[in-house]
Amino acid sequence: MIDLQGYGPRLIEGAGVTVQLAVLSLILAIILGLLTASAKMSRNWFLRRTATVYTTLIRGVPDLVLMMLLFFGGQIGVNAISDMLYYSYDIDLYINFNAFAAGVLTIGFIFGAYMGETFRGAFMAVDNGQIEAGKAYGMSSSLVFRRIRFPQMMRHALPGLSNNWMVLLKTTALVSVIGLTDMVRVAAEASRATHEPFTFLLPVAVAYLLIASVSEWIFARLQKHYDIGFGGQ
Amino acid sequence: MLDISTWFNDLLAGNVIFTADTLGYYWEGLVTTTQLVFLSLIAGLILAVPLAIMRSSKHKWISLPVYLYTYVFRGTPLLIQLYIIYYGVVFIDGIQESFLWPVLREAFYPALIAFTLNTAAYTTEIFRGAIKSTAQGEIEAARAYGMSQNLMMRRIILPSAFRRALPAYGNEVIFMLHASAIASVVTLMDLTGAARFVYARYYAPFEAFLFVAAIYLCLTFAILFFFRYLEKKLLAHLRPQDA
Repeated sequence: MIDLQGYGPRLIEGAGVTVQLAVLSLILAIILGLLTASAKMSRNWFLRRTATVYTTLIRGVPDLVLMMLLFFGGQIGVNAISDMLYYSYDIDLYINFNAFAAGVLTIGFIFGAYMGETFRGAFMAVDNGQIEAGKAYGMSSSLVFRRIRFPQMMRHALPGLSNNWMVLLKTTALVSVIGLTDMVRVAAEASRATHEPFTFLLPVAVAYLLIASVSEWIFARLQKHYDIGFGGQ
Repeated sequence: MLDISTWFNDLLAGNVIFTADTLGYYWEGLVTTTQLVFLSLIAGLILAVPLAIMRSSKHKWISLPVYLYTYVFRGTPLLIQLYIIYYGVVFIDGIQESFLWPVLREAFYPALIAFTLNTAAYTTEIFRGAIKSTAQGEIEAARAYGMSQNLMMRRIILPSAFRRALPAYGNEVIFMLHASAIASVVTLMDLTGAARFVYARYYAPFEAFLFVAAIYLCLTFAILFFFRYLEKKLLAHLRPQDA
């Protein structure tokens, strides 16, 4: 077995941070993506415009730059707000801008833009007759969404979703740069301290491949579930 | 004349971005980023063509190693790849005595190697998809003309595959531009590195990072328009005909 020189527990903790970060960002990204997709398909001009500006800006700027903007700028922004609260309303509130929250927010925000595109395409692929049939049954629009649009949309969205997830997973490595102790940061620190980069970096690379393989299996199961009633494919 | 210059000085006083110093840092960053991205894309492209041909080979023992390479490089974060090469290059036996050492000691070359290997993996898969989707009729026609496997690859499959790969390759170029931001992690002064430096020096995160974001946005759009133009030229035969 590889000698991890006592870094083993910290590496496993780091892997936990990576997974938590990735899953929480994915949830945020899916919510933002659904909102963006609805905004893009809405009849409201302003909503459509806002969604387009959001997706264009986010996809034109590197993740790391956005992350640094939010992380380094976030504390100053939060301080400015709490200063304002203190001087104007005498509310003494210190908010610590947490690196984990910054990571989840930025990654969720970035991938919300990509998810928006995925979901928009998937929503448009749902046959309009299905929605009309739901309305004919007297379903409310939220019930139509829950029972008809969403389940059928997921079938088309899953391949794109799984792609985005794989990219998101790899993007989480960037949080090590802004000071979060995910597994990449632990491995980088350990390699610098022990001068044995391969001992720590290679297992982390394998861990990423492992997470990717497990999620591939989960997505295959999900695809099977949402394909029910569509005769294979 | 003097009036204008004092007015200009007043305007510029108090801002940290539009000074000769900082603009100089950003300019140097732009040069480094461009060099890194451009060189790694060229090298990656050169590597990807033979790899894609190998990857679409019918023989398992040719295609499998290439598949493993693309699987590993596409499945792990670029940051890890960069760290492995950056920290690991010192430990190659005898590297410090070899003539390569003065070159590899700089952060630029490990970064260039990591980026090249990464983009080559993605490009290989893009090309492989394009090669696989060659119309069967074209291949049969080439065979019927008595073309050898090589000639068919050169004259029929590759030219049309390159065209089909163009939109996906455009995305890869933009992806590479954005991924190059992590070069700043290994002390390189690329665009992001310059922004970090300006931030640290003036403690002005919003100005420093928003300005660099604007530069990246412009570069992204430039690449986007360039590829749109290329697609218009090279894929003209696929567009619906005007009546």
